[in-house]
Amino acid sequence: MIRSVMVINTQGKPRLAKFYEFQPVEKQQELIRSVYGVLSSRAENVSNFVDAESIFGADTRLVYKHFATLYFVFVFDSSENELAMLDLIQVFVETLDKCFKNVCELDVVLNYSKMHTVLDEIIFGGQVLETSSTEVMKAVEEISRLESASNAISLVPKSVSAWQSR
Amino acid sequence: MNPFSSGTRLRDMIRAIRACKTAAEERAVVRKECAAIRASINENDHDYRHRNLAKLMFIHMLGYPTHFGQMECLKLIASAGFPEKRIGYLGLMLLLDERQEVLMLVTNSLKQDLNHTNQYIVGLALCALGNICSAEMARDLAPEVERLLQFRDPNIRKKAALCSIRIIRKVPELAENFINPAATLLKEKHHGVLITGVQLCTDLCKVSEEALEYFRKKCTEGLVKTLKDVVNSPYAPEYDIAGIADPFLHIRLLKLLRVLGQGDADASECMNDILAQVATKTESNKNAGNAILYECVETIMSIEDSGGLRVLAINILGRFLSNRDNNIRYVALNMLMKAITVDAQAVQRHRATILECVKDSDASIRKRALELVYVLVNESNVKPLTKELIDYLEVSDEEFKGDLTAKICSIVTKFSPEKIWYIDQMLKVLSEAGNFVKDEVWHTLIVVISNASDLHGYTVRALYRAFQLSAEQESLVRVAIWCIGEYGDMLVNNVGMLDIEDPITVTESDAVDVIEVAIKHHTSDLTTKSMGLIALLKLSSRFPSCSERIKDIVVQYKGSLVLELQQRSIELNSIIAKHQNIRSTLVERMPVLDEATFIGKKAGSMQSTVSSPVGASINLPNGVAKPSAAPLVDLLDLGSDDVPAPSSSGGDLLHDLLGVDLAPASKQSGVNHSPNNNGTDVLLDLLSIGSPTQSSSSLPDMLSSSQGNKTPVSPLGLAAPSSNSIQATSSAGAAPVIDLLDGFAASTPKHENNGTAYPSVVAFESSNLRMVFNFSKQPGNPQTTVIEATFTNLSANVYSDFIFQAAVPKFLQLHLEPASSNTLPASGNGSVTQTLRVTNSQHGKKSLVMRIRIAYKMNNKDVLEEGQISKFPPGL
Repeated sequence: MIRSVMVINTQGKPRLAKFYEFQPVEKQQELIRSVYGVLSSRAENVSNFVDAESIFGADTRLVYKHFATLYFVFVFDSSENELAMLDLIQVFVETLDKCFKNVCELDVVLNYSKMHTVLDEIIFGGQVLETSSTEVMKAVEEISRLESASNAISLVPKSVSAWQSR
Repeated sequence: MNPFSSGTRLRDMIRAIRACKTAAEERAVVRKECAAIRASINENDHDYRHRNLAKLMFIHMLGYPTHFGQMECLKLIASAGFPEKRIGYLGLMLLLDERQEVLMLVTNSLKQDLNHTNQYIVGLALCALGNICSAEMARDLAPEVERLLQFRDPNIRKKAALCSIRIIRKVPELAENFINPAATLLKEKHHGVLITGVQLCTDLCKVSEEALEYFRKKCTEGLVKTLKDVVNSPYAPEYDIAGIADPFLHIRLLKLLRVLGQGDADASECMNDILAQVATKTESNKNAGNAILYECVETIMSIEDSGGLRVLAINILGRFLSNRDNNIRYVALNMLMKAITVDAQAVQRHRATILECVKDSDASIRKRALELVYVLVNESNVKPLTKELIDYLEVSDEEFKGDLTAKICSIVTKFSPEKIWYIDQMLKVLSEAGNFVKDEVWHTLIVVISNASDLHGYTVRALYRAFQLSAEQESLVRVAIWCIGEYGDMLVNNVGMLDIEDPITVTESDAVDVIEVAIKHHTSDLTTKSMGLIALLKLSSRFPSCSERIKDIVVQYKGSLVLELQQRSIELNSIIAKHQNIRSTLVERMPVLDEATFIGKKAGSMQSTVSSPVGASINLPNGVAKPSAAPLVDLLDLGSDDVPAPSSSGGDLLHDLLGVDLAPASKQSGVNHSPNNNGTDVLLDLLSIGSPTQSSSSLPDMLSSSQGNKTPVSPLGLAAPSSNSIQATSSAGAAPVIDLLDGFAASTPKHENNGTAYPSVVAFESSNLRMVFNFSKQPGNPQTTVIEATFTNLSANVYSDFIFQAAVPKFLQLHLEPASSNTLPASGNGSVTQTLRVTNSQHGKKSLVMRIRIAYKMNNKDVLEEGQISKFPPGL
């Protein structure tokens, strides 16, 4: 099972953190920091796998991919295939790319909740849910459509009432 | 409307946080936002609840406390609109966890939403449940989830399948309800649902034996067919990754097949063909293809034996190893590690490639490869492998040297075919990475050197040369100092030249130089300096010409701030200055250190699985059976730890040591070697650790009286400066040793059979009677010792009305079983046994003591014998 998904920028700021096994906030930050510590000191042309047992405990592996200013990190246990996880990061990033049209760090930061929507369509409670980015996109678009549709209805009276109260 | 609650938009807040230059600024912004959100929460503001929670989630990710927003999640979930619910569920997953009480409140909302008409809301609820479901929720909501497994929309079906995994993990009893629906999912055509369905089956098999049997019987063939279809399926762009059709489905299917095939020959047989097909037909030039191959290899390794497939699998791994992609090499090493237990021979064939991986630029690959090489080493390939590794040690990264050194030392120690090779290799390691070598490694080296009497000259000369080149390697320096101290004369006179050596000219003063440099070097620590002083003392006798100079060096440390050095200096100086007559005897060469004992001692701390430790073949001490050597040492070791140091004078010590040496010798010449060597072994530790000392200036004088007995004297002489702890050890240790030896004489076979750590003891012996104690412990109850007392009649008369009584202090409890007889036949023609149970309430702190009384009738005359037993083996 996948234990955690993190997106960290090259300065060590978390951009997305999802833990599929509960960790208290302080522990989460500590884990993010130690992962960043390991990743930032790694050379360019080395493998995408890092020994994570010292950080996450026994039977954990860590796979990461470095895109522009972001590290995409998956932490998982021995029941998952490392190489497949690497492909899953690829699926995740490709989907984001389709979603934001050439995704960059700013998209990730500002559309925090959309990131989660995408992630939740790919990984569900630590298990792989969907691996086709087309399918994921379909679901994500439908959710966005539902949101904006109901927002349009609910926002009109709200803005009107705010305007009236002035 | 509250002016604060309108606050900033989410985007603005994120911008404001991003604009912060320092952590303090960021904290200030976050604090302000949190205050506004709290105010808004207190006002029970509906309009901004949605936005507030979105902000809180961002703040949460940055690591600030957000617990005050938890109730807001529940309120949002309970509201009707989709966006509110979405943020509410998202918040639920991020801010709450299954351990919180609040979560109970959400169960009802979840139940409603799982039955909602909008399938996206059902999806949200499932997703939240899949992330935070507790055991209680699992019980409440399992029927809903089970129903959703047959939902018309595939998106819901797949989410329900994964949600079921969470449920059965939390409550394994629920597994049986899911077996049938899961089996139905395996017939799905939709890839997404099929993946999750296969995953659900795999997890069901993990929690339920029943499910495993069911799927094995009913679904194996179907799965094999599904896999066949996937492998042969035409191009499907949706699930295509880098030109490979749906690698994830491949992998999930292979994984489930592995679970089904493990331990079941029929199922394994059934999947052989398709595995072979996957292994041969999958393209291996893409990551996705390799992922499938990797999974396939793991499945082949796990299912029931099929020789041909395994060879195929290991060859795939061999190909992986030479792949240019780091990731592929990494996983191949991981898998070979597992494969080695299945087929070591096949893995050996890829040794050269694996060795190359030790030199990889990637630390994680290096580490894996090193571990693998370590497992691959055996007697036949140790030489070339070690050479490669040591060559690499020269160029490896600093941070890798520690690992590498430890592994090389371990390999060399385990498999060395001959001593000279061992010494050579160790010297190379010490010169390259002596600072990374652990203490016990160079201790072992000294023991081995001491045993290789024909190599003493060679070794000391090699060390002298190595020292000239790598004087900064601490452990090399220590070994060099020790050897020069012991064999300095061989260094100067080129004694024992081997053919392979180049002659070397070293003067006496050069040898002293080495030690002086080492002592004065700023990085040398206390141990090195102390060893240096001892070596100087030894050289002062061996090189009379340098005696004055050595005295000067020693005297310099009279004012050392370190007590240990100061004391050694003063004591040694007094030996050099005032006791010329005994000095030469005092500093004689150390007797050969006993390898078997040393290794036995080490085995206690380092569990070694290899059957041929280096010492076994070389020097068994005069025929002591090897199994008995190890407990002997344990005993002494424990003795030194547990027994409080008795305030015995030096005379006692001497007596004890001599006693140890003489008493067994007279009884049983076969065993006299070990106690003597134990003394020296302790000494070695003492020298290296530099334990605190107590002045005992009377000792040298007293020692001079024992010149006649050479071997025990020289270790003693050396020990003199730091003799407080050796007094404790040897006087405490000596008594058990003697007893022990008697014990062996009486009951050796028995002792070897039970194999426990506690040897038998002759607890009491008079001219008429001997009583032997055998100890055993019941597992899991360390406090209680079962003592089997065996009484033997040494006289020519039969004893009748034999009664044994014992009394113990308050911290012990004693229970006496009835004796086997009350008549003891004459002249040892039989014995009486009686079992005692002693419970030690101060176990580990106090050892056993016992007062005994034995009454019997001999020739109708009452005889009473009494005694106190305090020499129980420690640890009871």
